[in-house]
Amino acid sequence: MAKSIEVSDLDIYYGDFLAVEGVSMRIPARSVTALIGPSGCGKSSFLRSLNRMHEVVPGARVRGTVAVDGQSLYDAAVDPVEVRRQIGMVFQRPNPFPTMSIYHNVLAGMRLNNRRIPRAEADDVVERSLRGANLWEEVKDRLNKPGKDLSGGQQQRLCIARAIAVRPQVLLMDEPCSALDPISTSAIEALIDELRRDYTIVIVTHNMQQAARVSQDTAFFNLAAAGGPGRLVEMNPTRQVFASPDNPDTEAYVSGRFG
Amino acid sequence: MIDVALEPVQPHFARLVVAEGRLPRWAPALTAVVSLAAAGLAGLGLGWSPVAVVAGAAALHAVGVPAWSAVVENGRAAVDRLATSLVWVALAVALVPLVSLIRQVVVLGAHQIDGEFLTWSMRNVVGSGGGIYHAVVGTVLITLATTAISVPVGLLAAIYLVEYGGGSRTASTLRFMVDVMTGIPSIVAGLFAYAVFALLLGPGIHLGIGGSVALSLLMVPIVVRSAEEMLRLVPVELREASYALGVPKWRTVVRVVLPAARAGILTGVTLAIARVVGETAPLLIIAGATDSVNTNLFGGQMESLPVFIYYSYTQPGLHPQYAQGHAWGAALVLIAIVVLLNLAARTLGRLLALRVNRRR
Repeated sequence: MAKSIEVSDLDIYYGDFLAVEGVSMRIPARSVTALIGPSGCGKSSFLRSLNRMHEVVPGARVRGTVAVDGQSLYDAAVDPVEVRRQIGMVFQRPNPFPTMSIYHNVLAGMRLNNRRIPRAEADDVVERSLRGANLWEEVKDRLNKPGKDLSGGQQQRLCIARAIAVRPQVLLMDEPCSALDPISTSAIEALIDELRRDYTIVIVTHNMQQAARVSQDTAFFNLAAAGGPGRLVEMNPTRQVFASPDNPDTEAYVSGRFG
Repeated sequence: MIDVALEPVQPHFARLVVAEGRLPRWAPALTAVVSLAAAGLAGLGLGWSPVAVVAGAAALHAVGVPAWSAVVENGRAAVDRLATSLVWVALAVALVPLVSLIRQVVVLGAHQIDGEFLTWSMRNVVGSGGGIYHAVVGTVLITLATTAISVPVGLLAAIYLVEYGGGSRTASTLRFMVDVMTGIPSIVAGLFAYAVFALLLGPGIHLGIGGSVALSLLMVPIVVRSAEEMLRLVPVELREASYALGVPKWRTVVRVVLPAARAGILTGVTLAIARVVGETAPLLIIAGATDSVNTNLFGGQMESLPVFIYYSYTQPGLHPQYAQGHAWGAALVLIAIVVLLNLAARTLGRLLALRVNRRR
């Protein structure tokens, strides 16, 4: 069920402001692709354009194509809501629904869409998703407690469980560990490595060691000039990006000489 | 290089000037008692009224504590004492009218309240006896209808402003109109409702529902404003979490945003009800006045508590002592309703804020 993503000549605008220019890349299925680069270079905008979440910001639009297994996401006939049902997302700050229990947070994707599921099946989905997010053992005795009662790292894993409960084809992660401590971070990284078997994962990270640890491919974004649009500088297998990158700017960034 | 002199540190902390003289903790209380006694003595001698004695005592206290502090403590502490005294005096002054009002209403109204007062109307009652049942029924019905009109309109308008309007021209126009509506004098709202119903049903019309329409004009802007604030407090992250699960926008609003804001919205609505339940002027014009129980919002004049109070006091008829007693009793009931609504709003808000969907 995991799918590859083909992006060609993608420009992202906020109103008249060109934020990202001319990105073309192929994101392979069942693999982790990391997006790295300095702040404001458009990695997050690019990530959000992959499931049309950027449209939540008024005035945001794109030019170019994003295709998941050949199906273009930006066809006039495509419903953005349907896109987001297939391409899940995990955010920088854990955002469980405060009015719901742990149990209902996991089921939120179904219940909020008014999908009726039998109780036994719902229990299965909750257990499978929480196990998938490595959270089951910690919360199985308090599923009816509010999701907000968990620690930050547990909340983030709850959000991942919520995202995978609807069985998306692609999982987008926008700096999922930047608000977490090192122990929670390594738990999430281990989880990402497991999820790779079933999902296509794209992760934005500011942490280059994290990119090196979890990803198979790395894309380096940079600003063309101060105030200019962000561009894709280089995309290669992670090992190559960190050992012998094609572009001198990439080497300067990953070796810590700038950024 | 900077030379750092490494002299042995002397243990001279004890001489650090932190332990100046301090007034004992009971100093303000003692000053208050002494001030009161002094002002009382002076009052006895000069024939002051109790109010003047208390004011004199407050002034003595406000001067006395800082002066004492300036002698024993230091200048900063004296200023601190002075500011503290002034804050306490301001609090007391602010409480005086409230306490005195409640005391007056309770003293004059409490003995009125009995079973007959709460369950009888004033129909065919002359002189003593009778009650405010008709006015309570009218107030409850008119307020319920007002709420039924105002909450959907106000809530939907707030949802439009926060979720859909953004910074558009329509939204800012609407926001401006709501602000203007907040300042509409209630008598104008009454005249407007009367004009509307007079045009539709002929002049001289008096209807309970007309009163609800007039009160809605006053209540809608309050509901819009409070609901808008509450919806804005819901973090954007929650909406994004919902969108990212493929939940359509309207369902995100209904199932995620509104539940997250429900406690605040309910509190705002209850306070808005408390605000309009005591309105008199619009009801005088459009809902009319009667001595009988009328449970039909759409037919005939309808009494309400504020209007009952107004007429009982201004037109007491042949036996003013009874009518004016009724007015105070009704005022006490009205205040009790407002207080209960406020308490209900707080309790409801707290309960809903704590409650999580715990069902598995």
